[in-house]
Amino acid sequence: MKEKTLAELSALIAQKEISSVELTQYYLDRIERLDGGLNSFISVTQEVALKQAAAADQKIAAGTAGPLTGLPMAHKDIFCTQGVRTSCGSKMLDNFIAPYNATVVEQVSNAGMVMLGKTNMDEFAMGSSNETSYYGAVSNPWDTDYVPGGSSGGSAAAVAARLTPIATGTDTGGSIRQPAALCGITGLKPTYGRVSRWGMIAFASSLDQGGPMAQSAEDAALLLNEMAGFDPKDSTSIERDVPDYSANLNDSLKGVKIGIPREYFSEGLEGGVENVVQDAITEYRKMGAEVIDIDLPNTNLAVPTYYVVAPAECSSNLSRYDGVRYGHRCDDPKDLEDLYKRSRGEGFGDEVKRRIMIGAYTLSAGYYDAYYLKAQRLRRLISEDFSNAFSKVDVIMGPVTPNTAFRKGEKADDPVSMYLSDIYTIAVNLAGLPGMSIPAGFSDNMPVGLQLIGNHFDESKLLNLAHQYQSVTDWHRQAPAGIE
Amino acid sequence: MEWEMVIGLEIHAQLATKTKIFSPASTAFGAEPNTQACAIDLGMPGVLPVLNKQAVRMATKFGLAIDAEVARTSVFARKNYFYPDLPKGYQISQFELPVVGVGELEIDLEDGSTKMIGVTRAHLEEDAGKSLHEDYHGMSGIDLNRAGTPLLEIVSEPDIRSAAEAIAYAKKIHSLVQYLEICDGNMQEGSFRMDVNISLRPQGQEEFGTRAEIKNLNSFRFMEKAIAFEFDRQMDILEDGGKVVQETRLYDVDKGETRSMRSKEEANDYRYFPDPDLLPLVIDEAYIEEVRKELPELPNEKKHRFITHLGLSAYDANVLTGSRELAAYFEAVAEAAGGENKIAANWVMGELSAALNKENTKLSDSPVTAEMLGGMIKRISDNTISGKIAKQVFEAMWSGEGDADTVIEKKGLKQITDSGAIESLIDEVIAANPAQVEQFKAGKEQLMGFFVGQVMKVSKGQANPGQVNQILRDKLK
Repeated sequence: MKEKTLAELSALIAQKEISSVELTQYYLDRIERLDGGLNSFISVTQEVALKQAAAADQKIAAGTAGPLTGLPMAHKDIFCTQGVRTSCGSKMLDNFIAPYNATVVEQVSNAGMVMLGKTNMDEFAMGSSNETSYYGAVSNPWDTDYVPGGSSGGSAAAVAARLTPIATGTDTGGSIRQPAALCGITGLKPTYGRVSRWGMIAFASSLDQGGPMAQSAEDAALLLNEMAGFDPKDSTSIERDVPDYSANLNDSLKGVKIGIPREYFSEGLEGGVENVVQDAITEYRKMGAEVIDIDLPNTNLAVPTYYVVAPAECSSNLSRYDGVRYGHRCDDPKDLEDLYKRSRGEGFGDEVKRRIMIGAYTLSAGYYDAYYLKAQRLRRLISEDFSNAFSKVDVIMGPVTPNTAFRKGEKADDPVSMYLSDIYTIAVNLAGLPGMSIPAGFSDNMPVGLQLIGNHFDESKLLNLAHQYQSVTDWHRQAPAGIE
Repeated sequence: MEWEMVIGLEIHAQLATKTKIFSPASTAFGAEPNTQACAIDLGMPGVLPVLNKQAVRMATKFGLAIDAEVARTSVFARKNYFYPDLPKGYQISQFELPVVGVGELEIDLEDGSTKMIGVTRAHLEEDAGKSLHEDYHGMSGIDLNRAGTPLLEIVSEPDIRSAAEAIAYAKKIHSLVQYLEICDGNMQEGSFRMDVNISLRPQGQEEFGTRAEIKNLNSFRFMEKAIAFEFDRQMDILEDGGKVVQETRLYDVDKGETRSMRSKEEANDYRYFPDPDLLPLVIDEAYIEEVRKELPELPNEKKHRFITHLGLSAYDANVLTGSRELAAYFEAVAEAAGGENKIAANWVMGELSAALNKENTKLSDSPVTAEMLGGMIKRISDNTISGKIAKQVFEAMWSGEGDADTVIEKKGLKQITDSGAIESLIDEVIAANPAQVEQFKAGKEQLMGFFVGQVMKVSKGQANPGQVNQILRDKLK
């Protein structure tokens, strides 16, 4: 059962081979039995799940079910869930229960899916290793001494270990794609504005985007069909028709132009990773795609630009956590300033504090022009690199990360080295483009991801390319040993 | 040394939208604390702002009314600071690109002259909540009902040179926003608040002095007092050779003085940056034209029409256009009075205003409607009653005794115009005052007034005074 994809489970349910309650119980049992060593869930919502499953079974019996009715899933703990704690991986929100659902949660629930629980993540989505979570580090199912990546590390590990058939994630600088690569699963970050951010706790508002984390491109398409769409409650969501993302999965790749950015294959890229990526590109050639070398000359500016823009936005977004209305409040504050300082000092972890301080600094009088404004200009240059490239090619391909998963603790004290692990993913967020990570092989027995970058709203094309690759390879079907 | 004061005003006008600027919560005043604050107003995690289109329309109206450039693209920015009644830790405002750019406004001064005051900009922003410092056992309470209420902040150029000019300007804006129906102008409820920036410089010097800002004044009278106090305070400092500190001050209503709230050194660095949750506000030509069509006749246009078409004096026209409601009332009176515009103006500014003030009644609650007052004036002009009797009629109408015709009928106040009837009244008076008749005939012509008075008295004021005069003269010859 555990090796079944969401699409396959959907067929089983439709054929009444298994009920939603049985399937839900199956995954709840797996979580119970196996998550102790992984720590991929912050909350397991057994009661809610079984109730939703029972309701789904009634719909199925009544013949009013949709394709995802009754299928279990998990939400990254950044999506607000009414009545269920939403912690964002932080002590600050350890006691926070939202009185509303995120739009994504609402859509998935309206599709009849069953929520197994809320997955672990780096605190406020700040991190690339899932080590900054207040709820402890998450282990990579392929080797529990290694990190799963972050910030959606819990979702990636849970899907990789088949503790859930599928999960949601969010990606601000690579937080879906990098853990997907490091855990050997399929992750898609949609175009900025494609998926509503309402109820998705903000890290950096102009970069954050939710998306599916799945076992296959076909599964990702199924979930994206539910997640995507205009939301009048999110002013940055885009009013544009949502295509059926499953419709073009089988299109031929003959004549598709794939751009390979030279800058993504320069120093810093580990040899084992490069080999896997090159092999994947060869596979695409075999399927009839045309491979073209391209330049993204401002690639080296992406990380510094990101580390001005994202902290600036985060420093302001996280100001609301002040201990006044909800969230962590220090004991016996002696005055207002003490309340602020201790509530925030105790509630936030080191990485969050570091980014708030960087952000407050770059926005302050006298530094704003030199940092924030300049970063905005660089952001435009980076976007222009991509628009130039997309005038020549249909899709851009390269590595997701320079290395495979690193050991826990290895980079914990070296933030810059940690930040550099997002070097290939960050530019995509700065340009608001859709990006995907799909499993393409192994280096030293750890998974390697292949990144696909599309033009704005070209999610269907990315899914088509990913699905075609997954039709001729089986990397995505490989599961970590030892987790039975 | 002669000191000149330089004043600039920042006015916060609360826009009269039904819901908040970025959330669907109600803006109604006076509800129980925290009953009109939704998750967005509370700054809960994951919530997002959506701009209220009505607020944009209102800001656009204001921009057009002061001949200002309405920005084709304006940007919402976050003003970051911590305060318990500021739920998100930032206020959404506009900084570099406001929705309304440079405009100007003509003000009327007491000596009858006018002056142009420049408006630097007007921008949209959200209000904060309220901290309640009483009744919480030594702690503070927070009421977020007001958080997210839309404000239009109107910033003037430092063109104002006296308290009188400041008040004329503030009153003009106050009247304008009500004309436009974009603000209810209720100062007690905080719908219209003023910050005064004031500095002194030696008469003739071009360079500005250091300014102090007096925050949150909610009455024109307090503003006048605060400016007077601040002028003296700064003058004393400067004349003693001291330096004015750039700071924010509050006006203490009870003590009648301003006191320091925070100095520039303690001021926040607001770390403004464009709000990434909101797209730039784009306004196109078609929208502006559509809004322009909705504009009512503006106070200055109305004033000029009152002068040129209705024949009023500049003073009367200015007073009567002071508010849209008053102007509308006056026009209705004048129409009902059949075009007796000058008499209508006198009655509205005279008896009616006096009665409203005395009874502390709002114009909208006046027991004498415009139709009633106009109807009464008609009876003056067709000689049914005299101006003097009209005051009795007005009082009766005010106390709810019906319209003018009813009162005149019921009380028998109709003017006596029958010459025979007047003659017999005069005969009566002449017969009763032989001594005065003697003196008059002997040349003491001042006694004419006495005879007229006696006749009016006998007629209970109802005799037509013109006819009484005429007939008396004939009889006493």
